Amino acid sequence: MTMLTTELKAEAENLNFYYGSVQALKNINLSVERRKVTALIGPSGCGKTTFLRCFNRMHDLYPHNRYEGRIILYPDKINIISPEIDPIEVRMQISMVFQKPNPFPKSIYENVAYGLRVRGISKKGILDEAVEKSLRGAALWEEVKDRLNSLAVDLSGGQQQRLCIARALATDPRILLFDEPTSALDPTATSKIEELIIELKNEVTIIIVTHNMQQAARVSDYTAFMYLGEIIEFDKTDKIFTAPSSRLTEEYITGRFG
Amino acid sequence: MQNIEHRAQSTDIKKRIALNKLWDYIFLATGLVSTLAGLVLLFALMTNLFIDGSQRLSYKFLTAFPSRFPEEAGILSAWVGTFLLMLVTAFAAIPLGVAAGIYLEEYAGKNWLTDIIEINIANLAGVPSIIYGLLALGMFVYFFKFGESVLTGGLALALLILPMVIMATREAIRAIPNSIREASYALGATKWQTVWWHIIPYSTGGILTGIIIGLSRAIGETAPIITVGALTFIAFLPAAPVSAEFPFISFKWLFDPFTVMPIQIFNWVSRPQQGFHINAAAAGIVLLCMTLFMNAAAIYIRYKFRKRIKW
Repeated sequence: MTMLTTELKAEAENLNFYYGSVQALKNINLSVERRKVTALIGPSGCGKTTFLRCFNRMHDLYPHNRYEGRIILYPDKINIISPEIDPIEVRMQISMVFQKPNPFPKSIYENVAYGLRVRGISKKGILDEAVEKSLRGAALWEEVKDRLNSLAVDLSGGQQQRLCIARALATDPRILLFDEPTSALDPTATSKIEELIIELKNEVTIIIVTHNMQQAARVSDYTAFMYLGEIIEFDKTDKIFTAPSSRLTEEYITGRFG
Repeated sequence: MQNIEHRAQSTDIKKRIALNKLWDYIFLATGLVSTLAGLVLLFALMTNLFIDGSQRLSYKFLTAFPSRFPEEAGILSAWVGTFLLMLVTAFAAIPLGVAAGIYLEEYAGKNWLTDIIEINIANLAGVPSIIYGLLALGMFVYFFKFGESVLTGGLALALLILPMVIMATREAIRAIPNSIREASYALGATKWQTVWWHIIPYSTGGILTGIIIGLSRAIGETAPIITVGALTFIAFLPAAPVSAEFPFISFKWLFDPFTVMPIQIFNWVSRPQQGFHINAAAAGIVLLCMTLFMNAAAIYIRYKFRKRIKW
């Protein structure tokens, strides 16, 4: 990883976030590099998922939520949390994979094609191609290619989560957000997803929230340790896990709290 | 010494448990009797109805108009009237109720106004049906001048079941996990896209069940229908909805007078001749079958959709 090849994809600047009157994020500053995996770790309630959900404006779905500060998306340099920017426009560029696999109770094909249908694409040729490409991208194609029309909920948990990844990939996102994507999965399925994440960073910038420190160490290039709504430390993953600068970080990664 | 004390305590506990369990048995007995009371009564009622009415049930009974002679009287105008009324009711109540339910669940914010709307809808479900009849009389008969017609009757019943349809819709929508909505929104869908592609298809089973249960309540309603002026004796059918000449479809039937099954039954029961009482029982069987059929359809639909929609 040389500094020459790095390129900024997104940058949070003085980000504050409030659920009503409760401040959940305090003065967050973080830069996300293009085609790298950035991990957010920290104990429960530290605000890592809240932070992640700022990137695709999921908080806008619920009342009384408020952002302050900026998240700049490069290369366009737009502030994606600005009230002038339509959250839908943001979500069309920044996809998300959730904690629990949440496929639609529709066919495998329709699950993957949904993002394109939302964009008004209904030509079968284009959809077919995108579905295959995304399922291949999510390492699921070989397992499901003969039953694209069967129900997605009949897949195993790990397959469902890879389907959700394929669904998120189908729209060619600029950033892919993962919110504890393996917390509902068994170890085998988990390692498959981890391999996939490492694979995917060749094509897409990834931000992942995880409660599993080994996972962060395995898949990420950069790691931010969050505590009580603040970023305590943000650095290259190697550095965080071998020589953290903050005592709090060290205590957390060595399992003394959290 | 300690040992003896211990044993004494354990017999105390046994007594206590026995006493506690006594209440279990008492309730078990009470509950069983209560349940059976309902079942036995219903069974007796249905048997009685069947014994009285079955002798009059025939194809002729279904295809004849009412008559002065009980043996020749039939329920053609009544069941056709009921059928057409249900058609109007469904066409009016379904779009309004489903749209209102979707609006309240997916679009409306949570504030004092929606709270008031919510409370009022719950209250509307408890308003006596005669009140709906009076409302329909004032609004549809006198104000809109729809006359004492199929349209008026159907709209009155639509008002009556509207709160039920709204509540069934809301409940069905609430059963959809929020993670499904988030999945849709996260892909850049608008509210309407989410509603159209997910909320409506996944709640259809629950909504249909609610609609059918609403309709099977409406089918037996008498008070509002009498209030809006349905006739008790009617020996002709409303105009046919289809015709051989252009424009082939006619809506004249909407403005024709009508009668319905419960009114027909009421009319026959209030006559002194024994023969008409048999007719009433026979018509009762038909009405009961219609209701049972609708409820069976509701159960089937719910079962079918539950099997298809899993989270």
